Amino acid sequence: MLQILRPDGSLTSDPPIDIERTRELFAAMLTARRYDQKAMAIQKQGRLATYAPFRGQEAAQIGSAAALRPDDWMVATYRDAAAMWMHGYGWELLLLGRMGDERGGHPADDVPVLPPSITVGAHMLHAVGLAWAARIRGEERIAATYFGDGATSEGDFHEAMNFASLYRTGTVFICQNNGYAISMPTSGQTASETIAQKALAYGMEGVRVDGNDLFAVFAATDAAAAKARGGQGPTLIEAVTYRVGPHTTTDDPGRYRSDEEEAAWRDLDPVDRVRRYLAAERAWDAEWEARVLADATDDVEGAVRRAESLPAEDGPEIFEAMFERLTPDLARQQGDVQ
Amino acid sequence: MKTIAQSINDALRTALSGSDDVVVMGEDVGRTGGVFRVTDGLLQTFGPDRVIDTPVAESGIVGTAFGMAVAGLRPVVEIQFMGFSYPAYDQIVSHVGRIRNRSRHRFTAPMVIRMPYGGGIGAAEHHSESTEAIYTHIPGVKVVVPSTPYDAKGLLLAAIDDPDPVIFLEPIRLYRSVKEEVPDHPIRVPIGEARVVRDGSDVSIVTYGSMTRESRLAADKLAELGVEAEIVDLRTLTPLDVDTVLESVRATHRAVVVHEAQRTGGFGAEVIARIQEEGLYSLEAPIERVTGWDIVVPLKRTERHHLPDADRIVRAALRTLEA
Repeated sequence: MLQILRPDGSLTSDPPIDIERTRELFAAMLTARRYDQKAMAIQKQGRLATYAPFRGQEAAQIGSAAALRPDDWMVATYRDAAAMWMHGYGWELLLLGRMGDERGGHPADDVPVLPPSITVGAHMLHAVGLAWAARIRGEERIAATYFGDGATSEGDFHEAMNFASLYRTGTVFICQNNGYAISMPTSGQTASETIAQKALAYGMEGVRVDGNDLFAVFAATDAAAAKARGGQGPTLIEAVTYRVGPHTTTDDPGRYRSDEEEAAWRDLDPVDRVRRYLAAERAWDAEWEARVLADATDDVEGAVRRAESLPAEDGPEIFEAMFERLTPDLARQQGDVQ
Repeated sequence: MKTIAQSINDALRTALSGSDDVVVMGEDVGRTGGVFRVTDGLLQTFGPDRVIDTPVAESGIVGTAFGMAVAGLRPVVEIQFMGFSYPAYDQIVSHVGRIRNRSRHRFTAPMVIRMPYGGGIGAAEHHSESTEAIYTHIPGVKVVVPSTPYDAKGLLLAAIDDPDPVIFLEPIRLYRSVKEEVPDHPIRVPIGEARVVRDGSDVSIVTYGSMTRESRLAADKLAELGVEAEIVDLRTLTPLDVDTVLESVRATHRAVVVHEAQRTGGFGAEVIARIQEEGLYSLEAPIERVTGWDIVVPLKRTERHHLPDADRIVRAALRTLEA
């Protein structure tokens, strides 16, 4: 398993990014965590429908998204808000989606990120098609897709891996193996020793990295992206991490895992280890982190305000995006909605 | 003179020539030209990047084509037989028909999913399915069923142009049994418009796809009995052209709805519901429906008992006149 940054903040080898970039990504991880905390809090107040927290997976998401180019496609899931935000999808839209508003699925025109997939597995094929289209058109764009350990049991994982490798599409498969698919541990999902080894069956490279190590995730994604861009085909990255929180706000992890297990993973926290590294490099101080967090709080609070102040669509508007133009029947039905 | 199979090939060739964004993909569509030879010769003309022989994986075909469509290509997918489309059903119902709505127009999936459908050729199990109702029930996709070579070309080109996903059903038994003149130049038949294919004043036969031919045979027999049947070929199931159906029924006051799919929950039920909602008071008799039975499509030796034929349609039409 590739590890560059140990939990104590020391290095096993040279980091893939410089100190300044590391500070930026550390700030991004802090900001994402602030968003995650805020979303959990306002969900408890009934202001979001349900929320799937990503706490513990900040390195896996920020580190991988940071290795993409702005015009690369991203096809991710309901737990990948940090990766999507890193790639340009606003907090406000992510919140809107979780409030139950389809307008949260409409990112800005220059943000090539699909709305978060709620189905588990089907979306990996979309990333294969997106990268395939880029190749047919002679573009350098690639597509990254995010999924969990549970999704690797879906038939569409097999079909996506097979198509991607067969046609050498520029797809980067990023599996955040966070230990659980709701209550099912990874050991109940597959008899394979690792997720990464599944790549072998498809004639694809599989890489297993410490998913709580920002540098390892970045390095693996950067290498996979370069390979994809160069027409050398897809890569499966297994980022071994841990879902510190519940599956969603409706879940109770106490029913299927122990406090000891959770505590052990807290010691491997992805944010803490970057802080230790930066501190050792004399590139961190508490005052700076407090400023970053204050800015993050402002950003997130502003996003919450904007999302919540947007009035719900009115009844007739729910018909408007079924087709480019309303069909006669839809127009009639629309007339029956106040 | 062209068959439906030749006409669809012609439409695909026209679309591939007209835009670099069009790609054709599916199982055996390249080297062999498809199991029905509908894509014959396209690989040789347009190359393997645009006419793609895929692995045997229907969800993979539709799922990757969906990604291509979101990226701006115009994929035309072939599912080898309708009975093999179900592994792709999740992609269609969960993503293809939803992405525009889910993203409030930011992302769209302009793609065509072609499926040979229906029985009448004594094929193996799963090769004679007519399960259009599971597709007409899906919001966000259109379902088109041509019954003539001209409509096959015009509707397929319209489907490829369409900014939204279209499921394009090709009646297997009519692939080579109907011929007519089809212009070599590009033509368009609008999606969402039914057509009166035979004028008549006594009873309306509302049908589509493979049953259009049986309905014509029935109309000929009825004419010998002095009954003039009007035939409405729906051509598009969703969005349904209910106005053309109602116009016909208001003139004839009687209706027979015909499809080869099983009866319960079949598309005919929707057509009948629409006629009674908006045209009940013009009816002189209960609406008849002639359909496949609510059974698994029988295999070759007994298939004829299941598929509606002209005589069943004639009997149903006469019942509406006796009422």
